[in-house]
Amino acid sequence: MANQEWPLWEVFIRSKQGLNHKHVGSLRASDEQMAVDNARDVYTRRSEGVSIWVVESNNVFASEPAQADSLFEPADSKAYRHPMFYDVPDGISHM
Amino acid sequence: MKEVNITELERRFQEKIDNDIKIEPRDWMPEEYRQTLIRQISQHAHSEIVGMLPEGNWITRAPNLRRKAVLLAKVQDEAGHGLYLYSAVETLGADREATIDDLHTGKAKYSSIFNYPTTSWADMGSIGWLVDGAAIMNQVPICRCSYGPYARAMVRVCKEESFHQRQGFEIISLLAQGTPEQKAMAQESFNRFWWPAIMMFGPNDADSKHTAQSMKWKIKRNTNDELRQMFIDVTVPQAEMIGLTIPDKDLKFNKETGHYETGPIDWDEFWEVVKGNGPCNKERVDARRKAKEDGLWVREAAMAYAEKRKVKNAS
Repeated sequence: MANQEWPLWEVFIRSKQGLNHKHVGSLRASDEQMAVDNARDVYTRRSEGVSIWVVESNNVFASEPAQADSLFEPADSKAYRHPMFYDVPDGISHM
Repeated sequence: MKEVNITELERRFQEKIDNDIKIEPRDWMPEEYRQTLIRQISQHAHSEIVGMLPEGNWITRAPNLRRKAVLLAKVQDEAGHGLYLYSAVETLGADREATIDDLHTGKAKYSSIFNYPTTSWADMGSIGWLVDGAAIMNQVPICRCSYGPYARAMVRVCKEESFHQRQGFEIISLLAQGTPEQKAMAQESFNRFWWPAIMMFGPNDADSKHTAQSMKWKIKRNTNDELRQMFIDVTVPQAEMIGLTIPDKDLKFNKETGHYETGPIDWDEFWEVVKGNGPCNKERVDARRKAKEDGLWVREAAMAYAEKRKVKNAS
């Protein structure tokens, strides 16, 4: 059947004021307005959201899972960023 | 990156599964794991979508406005569940429309229960109570499935299923406590849906060819027979409570095991329906195919409009 598929959109929902938008899934829509309208019906039927972002999936550039070890190595090898790396003498409080 | 052979990749993959680390879309996974998930998730999605048809049959004939609003919301939820699942299946690199076409050509299956007709209003009760009840038993363990997007979709689905089951139980119990005619209607519906509902869990473990591998991969957490037994054990007392009789003269409670034991399940009927010879198989697939074909011009027009607007906004 001759049928051009609608683009895929990633959907992000802010569940309440004060929280970040969070990825919830994806859907197909012909344009951004339809993507928002469909996201309302698919992902917020029970008051799960107060705000919606949609991003065309083609526009998401993601890190490579197979390279996660080397990508995040600096965080793993630098324990001195964490407060427990340091000794605090007994008797010192509020630190 | 170091070259690693496939055996090593498979070993690391199974190690993640054994340690309950979820697999996410772009992680390495064995091709068979991917194909198993594409098959299972897309068939699950098709079941949600086809499942809208037997209930949609009664929306215009609901006995009052409250029941109509509830049924509409319930059927809309089923559409939502189908969409969460098609979204999950696309994360595996599958083409959404191709999986839908597989449904339409008969290559892909869906839950056999939806090949039975809904001939009375009481069936809206039986479906919510029994069919959604069985679906909950099946779906709750999938919330802990090893594949992240499927597990997350199931969490959303399970949150919504509880309403489905309760609205169905309310319908059937109200009829069961009504006039003799209403009570007979409830019993007649229960008689038709009981056996197909317990067959929803699929063939006996000994005849289930995918179970062992799916359990090793933690796609499945319980066997068909375990889930079926859980469903029977919770449902029999509910039926008795509202005064319905289980249509199984051999049903008995085993005091030693603490489980109900049913008479023999008619697996010939199950396989006939799976093969396409149930009462409504053709009607269901025809309705889905027609919906796709009739909607084609709308989808094309929406796309043409979007493209025209894009050009206009760019200039």
